[in-house]
Amino acid sequence: MTTSLLSPGTPEKSLPDSWRGEIESRLAAGETIESWLEIDLDSRLQFARGLVVATTRRLLAHAPGAGTWESWDYRPGLALDHRDHAGVGTLELVDAQGRLASWRYTLGHNVTALKLLRAFEEQLASALSGQPVPLPEEMLCPKCKAPLEPGVEECPICTRETQVPPSTWTLFRLWRFAKPYKGQLLAGFLLTLASTAATLVPPYLTMPLMDNVLIPFQNGKPIDVGLVTLYLSGLLGAALLAWGLGWARTYILALVSERIGRDLRTTTYEHLLQLSLEYFGGKRTGDLMTRIGSETDRINVFLSLHLLDFATDVLMIALTAVILFSIHPWLAVVTLLPLPVIAWMIHIVRDRLRTGFEKVDRIWAEVTNVLADTIPGIRVVKAFAQEKREAARFREANLHNLALNDRINKTWSLFSPTVTLLTEIGLLVVWGFGIWQISKGEITVGVLTAFLAYISRFYTRLDSMSRIVSVTQKAAAGAKRIFDILDHVSSVPEPTNPVHLKAVRGEIELKGVGFRYGTRAVTRDVDLLIHPGEMIGLVGHSGSGKSTLVNLICRFYDVSEGAVFIDGVDVRSVPVAEFRSNIGLVLQEPFLFFGTIADNIAYGKPDATREEIIAAARAAHAHEFILRLPHGYDSLVGERGQGLSGGERQRISIARALLINPKILILDEATSSVDTETEKEIQKALDNLVRGRTTIAIAHRLSTLRKAHRLVAMDRGQVVEVGSHDELMAKEGHYYRLYQAQARNVDTELELTSLPTPVKEHAA
Amino acid sequence: MSATPQLSRSPFGHLVLATADGPREVVPVRAFPIAEPERGISLVDGDGHERAWIDCLADLPAPHRQLVEEELASREFVPEIRALKEISSFATPSTWQVDTDRGPFALVLKGEEDIRRLSQTMLMIADSNGIQFLIRDLSRLDRGSRKLLDRFL
Ligand SMILES: Nc1ncnc2c1ncn2[C@@H]1O[C@H](COP(=O)(O)OP(=O)(O)O)[C@@H](O)[C@H]1O
Ligand SMILES: [Mg+2]
Repeated sequence: MTTSLLSPGTPEKSLPDSWRGEIESRLAAGETIESWLEIDLDSRLQFARGLVVATTRRLLAHAPGAGTWESWDYRPGLALDHRDHAGVGTLELVDAQGRLASWRYTLGHNVTALKLLRAFEEQLASALSGQPVPLPEEMLCPKCKAPLEPGVEECPICTRETQVPPSTWTLFRLWRFAKPYKGQLLAGFLLTLASTAATLVPPYLTMPLMDNVLIPFQNGKPIDVGLVTLYLSGLLGAALLAWGLGWARTYILALVSERIGRDLRTTTYEHLLQLSLEYFGGKRTGDLMTRIGSETDRINVFLSLHLLDFATDVLMIALTAVILFSIHPWLAVVTLLPLPVIAWMIHIVRDRLRTGFEKVDRIWAEVTNVLADTIPGIRVVKAFAQEKREAARFREANLHNLALNDRINKTWSLFSPTVTLLTEIGLLVVWGFGIWQISKGEITVGVLTAFLAYISRFYTRLDSMSRIVSVTQKAAAGAKRIFDILDHVSSVPEPTNPVHLKAVRGEIELKGVGFRYGTRAVTRDVDLLIHPGEMIGLVGHSGSGKSTLVNLICRFYDVSEGAVFIDGVDVRSVPVAEFRSNIGLVLQEPFLFFGTIADNIAYGKPDATREEIIAAARAAHAHEFILRLPHGYDSLVGERGQGLSGGERQRISIARALLINPKILILDEATSSVDTETEKEIQKALDNLVRGRTTIAIAHRLSTLRKAHRLVAMDRGQVVEVGSHDELMAKEGHYYRLYQAQARNVDTELELTSLPTPVKEHAA
Repeated sequence: MSATPQLSRSPFGHLVLATADGPREVVPVRAFPIAEPERGISLVDGDGHERAWIDCLADLPAPHRQLVEEELASREFVPEIRALKEISSFATPSTWQVDTDRGPFALVLKGEEDIRRLSQTMLMIADSNGIQFLIRDLSRLDRGSRKLLDRFL
């Protein structure tokens, strides 16, 4: 036995110190730790800490709660089983006689557990055979299949997505989208500066107007018309300048922000479309839609409105402070003193309101949810005469909404009067101090007037400034959610050195294929060679992994182990779109897009001629029913094809697959949801489709597969039998049982299928 | 179906039911794990077929009941939240330090939609790894916990 094996290249996240001491004293000379898992549940599923370690010689474990270490030397028959259920993972150490031990952990540790499992298997094999452990392959994140850097335990993307709360810094990443508009942004900033400065001129002019015109007039001097004209035209000029500059600034920045919004939306959507099905499987449609729709809009409004206003306000306050100090420093201090207090108080009130408004948002979602639930299900509601109950549900949701709004309105209605009151108090202080200063002859009436004019301007801005905190947080959350999409790399990556297929023959080979959805193993060790032009029938209980196999062949997902080959080339080295153009896929639930029938048939080949479309429809036995529709091929099918029956939709999707003339055809329960009469129609259509193509057909009704050259029976993710119908029946195995079960249940159907069905020929 | 299922435990630690066609490995599954956990327990075999039905756990003879209860306890994992101690942020994803009937834990809430209201006072919270946490009675939580939770409801 080789005991002095080098540990494989991946440095582990180091063992916590609390365990290190205990473990190291137990290791024999030359024994090294290969992998370890900190478990966090005991056998009664209470949270408690324990450790399982795979070394070069044995498995060591400290079960939670147990005061001792247990150890099992590697020996033949030893095996580690892994399962998970309801968020809890289980590792079981067994040998031929029974279970030796079991350990539980929350699924957050699953990645580490799988690594431990692998290390255990490698070390066990090496200990038994004497061969050194093979060098580790490139590690992939088990969740998103992105390659991991050596030594990195967790995929940074997945971790960030689930664990890191949005931070305001995320907003800076938007710079990537702002960069193309640098010039305009700079112009916008300069205009902001200029227009803010222009708005500050009028209060300044009140000072000489007061001191040089009005006060002397009260003291008996005549009004100097020339001076008045000068000041008033100054006022008018400043107003006009501020207007012009403000207009230019708002216009430029609004243009830029709309463009940034557009870039953000389209970039995100384009990226989203490139992501694999795996990504979509884990997301909710509504969620993705809001991210691309309203979140980008929220960011947009933030950039164009709130950020701009805030910048203007800050500029204004800074400039005003400078002016005030230059006029009279002491008065300036008194004026600005209440400012932080007022800002703080506004902030407090706002904070309370914000939580309230967030709640209103959520309750509002509840109200819409009731609608979204009921309206599509209106047939069921009416069929069971539950209109009253649904109305009551809606009324209740509204009542909730009302109660919450009433509560918030109490605070809300207090808000603006409070801001006004605080402003007034601030003004009061300035009045008081100002009058006192005038009485002492320190300042003139004009100075006080100017001060009052300035501060009443920016006190009112404080309210809008205080809003920036919450809108920034919201925009940051939105930006994070957008970047979550943008940072995701497709788990079905384009090859770096693509191999182009010339004429595809349609040979498909699966070699040792294994696959996991996330951490859950679904298929194992599938080996299958499908010859060009052969028709394979895939059978098995529902959930046995048939669709999963199809997903792998279509490369909607990439295999976790093994490889899929087309004409002897690994599918991972063929450009994705090029590969898929050779596959025609008909699914159980045909999806029709909003548009005409012709558009839907030509979906995979938008430049198809009318003749081609009709030929495909004829071959799919769809031509006649299409002609019965009021506008023939130009009839609109509603959203998801509501206006058509299941069988009709199915035949359109068959025509769609036929039109691209694929070398490989995949039918995933294409006829399961229709009646036998329609099925026969579809069957005829399929017979046209199958000819001369490599076909993989999955069917619930085994009778559908009578044309298949070979049948492949699957069970729990594995291929259990391969052969023709007669061979498999003679074997009396898995297929035989499936067939018998169906024959018992649907003997009428069996009768139908045992009749020879004449196949009518149609030119395709 | 026989009135009292004959149960035992295999060396591999599985629950085994004696049936007409020999012993079968089964797992107990509660039909109403939340609404009525003590009644309606199905014994399901590896293929997902129901092999026996137990109306009420209390009706079983003690040794069998213990076997079933042990098996349930080792399979079921719905920690009940007793208190919320700390929340990393009010924006999701957010990490919550909670006290449960199974000990303290840090759960990660991915989004507000993972909080499901089962009734007026009962909540089910799914964490980022798919573990379900239960809050059986909202009104019995302490004030601090309620206040924190309120921000998400
Ligand atoms: N997107 C998915 N995420 C997680 N598990 C899945 C997913 N799709 C299928 N599964 C699981 O994989 C197994 C095989 O499913 P599938 O291939 O669809 O079966 P079949 O098509 O034979 O009925 C099932 O147990 C199913 O629950
Ligand atoms: Mg399927």
